[in-house]
Amino acid sequence: MPGRESPLQSETPQGTLDMLVLRVLVTGPAHGHTIAHAIERGSDDVLQIEHGSLYPALHRLEDRGWIASFWGTSDNNRKAKYYRLTPTGRKQLAAHTTRWEQIVRAINGILKPPIEEPEP
Amino acid sequence: MSWSRFFRRARTDRDSAEELRSHIDIQTDENIARGMSPDEARRAAHVKLGNTVRIREEIYRFNTVRVLDSLERDLRLALRGMRRRPGFTLAVVLTLALGIGANTAIFGVVDGVLLKPLAYPNADELVSVQHVAPGLGIDELRMSPSQYFTYREEGRAFQYIGLYSNGGRTITGLGDPEQARALFVTYDVLQALGVRPQLGRLFTEADAKAGASDLTPVIVTHAYWQRRFGGDRSVLGRRLTVDSSPAEVIGVMPEGFRFLDMQPPAEVITPIVFDRNRVVLEGFGFRSLARLKSGVTVAAASADIARMLPIWLNAWPLPPNSAGRQVFERWQIAPVVHPLKDEVVGGVGRMLWVLMGTIGIVLLIACANVANLMLARSESRRQEFAVRISLGAGAGQIAREVFVESLVLSLTGGLLGVAVAYASLRLVVATAPTSLPRLDDIALDPRAIAFAVAATLLSTVLFGAVPALKSATRHAPSPGDNARGASPSRERQRTRNSLVVVQVALALALLVGSGLMIRTFQSLLDVHPGFSTGGDVQTARVWVPPQEVRDPERVTRLQHEILDKIAALPGVKAAAFTSAAPMEGPLRVAFNTIYIDGKSYAPGTTPPPRRIKFVSPGYFRAIGTTMIAGRDITWADIYTGANVAIISENFAHEVWGSPAAALGQHVKESAGTSVWREIIGVVEDVHEDALFQAAPAMVYWPILMQNFGGQSKLASNAINLVIRSEAAGRESLLNGVRKAVWSINPRMPVFLVLTMKALYDQSMARTSFALVMLGIAAAMALALGVVGIYGVIAFIVAQRRREIGIRLALGAAPAEIVRMFLRHGMTLTGVGSAIGLLIAVALTQWMSSLLFGVRPLDLTTYVAVLAVIGFAAATASYVPARRAAAVDPVQTLAAE
Repeated sequence: MPGRESPLQSETPQGTLDMLVLRVLVTGPAHGHTIAHAIERGSDDVLQIEHGSLYPALHRLEDRGWIASFWGTSDNNRKAKYYRLTPTGRKQLAAHTTRWEQIVRAINGILKPPIEEPEP
Repeated sequence: MSWSRFFRRARTDRDSAEELRSHIDIQTDENIARGMSPDEARRAAHVKLGNTVRIREEIYRFNTVRVLDSLERDLRLALRGMRRRPGFTLAVVLTLALGIGANTAIFGVVDGVLLKPLAYPNADELVSVQHVAPGLGIDELRMSPSQYFTYREEGRAFQYIGLYSNGGRTITGLGDPEQARALFVTYDVLQALGVRPQLGRLFTEADAKAGASDLTPVIVTHAYWQRRFGGDRSVLGRRLTVDSSPAEVIGVMPEGFRFLDMQPPAEVITPIVFDRNRVVLEGFGFRSLARLKSGVTVAAASADIARMLPIWLNAWPLPPNSAGRQVFERWQIAPVVHPLKDEVVGGVGRMLWVLMGTIGIVLLIACANVANLMLARSESRRQEFAVRISLGAGAGQIAREVFVESLVLSLTGGLLGVAVAYASLRLVVATAPTSLPRLDDIALDPRAIAFAVAATLLSTVLFGAVPALKSATRHAPSPGDNARGASPSRERQRTRNSLVVVQVALALALLVGSGLMIRTFQSLLDVHPGFSTGGDVQTARVWVPPQEVRDPERVTRLQHEILDKIAALPGVKAAAFTSAAPMEGPLRVAFNTIYIDGKSYAPGTTPPPRRIKFVSPGYFRAIGTTMIAGRDITWADIYTGANVAIISENFAHEVWGSPAAALGQHVKESAGTSVWREIIGVVEDVHEDALFQAAPAMVYWPILMQNFGGQSKLASNAINLVIRSEAAGRESLLNGVRKAVWSINPRMPVFLVLTMKALYDQSMARTSFALVMLGIAAAMALALGVVGIYGVIAFIVAQRRREIGIRLALGAAPAEIVRMFLRHGMTLTGVGSAIGLLIAVALTQWMSSLLFGVRPLDLTTYVAVLAVIGFAAATASYVPARRAAAVDPVQTLAAE
């Protein structure tokens, strides 16, 4: 049975958090804390997330094989678990991005009807 | 994928915890850098991250398989509960282990002996073929060579049909002369079985042609090949001498080959060869087996034989001196076709099923006992359940928990039971009577293990379901419902009472069963077999090869010489010989149609066949059979050719009214040229076949006969020496006997060395075996029943301590209290016994074929069993009742 959904998942479209995580990791390996802040900053703080809800998402993504983890040391010398994008993850991100763009285009198409052609 | 996650989840959780900790640390560092105080910084980090336990739970739950998880928890609870109550656990596990173990063991025997097909390809096509001849007054008429030829040539139902018999073959040319146990078969018997040789070939039709070859073809078994030829593969073509004829080894059977249930197993196999031109109607001396064509039923095969019997009757010449074909017609020969397995298994089927049923009942009693223990246990956990239900545990959850506990207990019991079964099977195989067939097929194999698993699961349902349901349904928490003061509810008590009633009833039925076996055993011990069973009579078979000594009188004189040498051995009190010792098995049974002087026989009729044997002078004294009237045969009678005979007491009574009246009367063995023989002595009856079979009417002929059965002189080439000596069974005596025999002729083997006591014990063996097994089962049942009664009474006493205290405080006499509980126990026993009697009456009818000298409704047994049950139950209730009366009212009430 599925567990209770994290707040972020229930407030954002399905899979959005996953995509955001993957998007952050495109630039290189990062640990959870960095990822959380990167998402907040990258969205101009529109997406305020409870940092904790990030971790189940990370776990799920790792389980799917889209990201991989390793233990490393943070900038300020703390032991931290780092995540990096796997080739599968990269492909998934590309696919998701394309689909996302299609959806955005579609939604835009509905919200902003095309300007009618002037009568000749 | 999810499975590996499932098993890794503890490690994953540790990982998550550390990751979250590191997140906090990093955030705290950041917050401090922003100017917060360390405490504030850490708190803010925690707030930002959220509830770490919930995050971990979420990740953890992602990795679990829900059912397994709760099962694991129930298992842990169950194991903890078992550890906390070692006494309870031990009682339950041992009870179940014994119950399941005993059942698995007996199933192993039943399966090996009765259920598994014989170890031949397509064994269901194999049948045994015999006849009955009601007109002749004997149960089993074996097959004659002429019948074999008819069935083989005219039969439509058979792929193969063949004859076999067994005996000994003297093998020389391989070192010491040796009597090898031999199987004689027509060429098609081994083909019918579908077996293949390990080396060489089987017999072919060419081997069966009389005079086809100067060399007798011989097939040896694997064991004999190893023993006499050291497993040499060049054994094929080896020459040896079989019964003084040249022979050649043509094949070796594979290691696992067994011929039906031949005991002891054959060592050499030689072909039976008939000269078709000289075969007559008679010669009913062979057993027969056949392989049916595929799709042909046993009934169809029987019908096919019934069709061929008239063809046979008219196709073959009559034997010499025969009174005509109508004699055979009057025998009313009819076919008896059985699956071959029935022939091999013989009469033990009923005994084994009785044992299986008995042991099954023991398991039922054990389950009732365990159910009671479980009920008592859940009773004492009533409060715990009530609290848990009020805290939100589902009723289903608690029922599941109780059931899982039952399952763990029974699985432990079952596992231990398999060990018990393994040990007891080895014991059974080691101690089982040699008459128990197919001992080689008895093993703790996957089928027996599967049975153990099934028995375990069934037990779990039987003893676990009731407590599980009860604990789930009745624990709606109610105020004042605490374990201390409440009297047990009527309904709960009723369950426990009925379980005890069931136990008593079943235990009584089993006790009656084993009581009847004890009475049977006693009756058998009371049977006077008609020979000495004290262990001082030795027998050994000696064979004079007819090829070496052709003249019958010389055979007897040679045997007489041996006898004189043996009689001179130290410690030998008497010595004699006979054609066959008592209880040697059906192989040596011989019949003559005995004509009585002074009786008239309608033309074409024959008198009923009587059992006969040939004896030397002194036989009756040596074997311990009492002479009732007249005198023994003397050597002078034998060498002068006196026409004399000795008969058994029952024969004398039957024909002449008394032993004395029989003396001086005359009998003869055939209507034709034979002469009348005078009855010179009457001896007591001898149980020739088995103790539980009636002593047959016997005629004892002198060991050397004149004008007998169409022959001028007849001697027995194979004899049983009968030696009375304190040294019977000891090697010193046997060495003396062998030396005596070999000093006369070094090529004569001495074999089948047995004491009469051993033959007697063998005859008791099946009954002893059934007795011991039933006895063990009944003892277990009684013990479990007693424990059950004790448990219930003790439990009620414990539950009603307060009430007893009040009663005593109000002036009740302790004796009255004792009586109250005693009455309860005895009421249960009474009801149980009444039901048990009904079960016993039904069950014992079913085992009547195992009984001897006692009726299934034997009053003595029933009364004795009721007394035993009554006494045991009274003791079992008295002990806790006494404890009730010893309750100190002040203490009990103060404890409230």
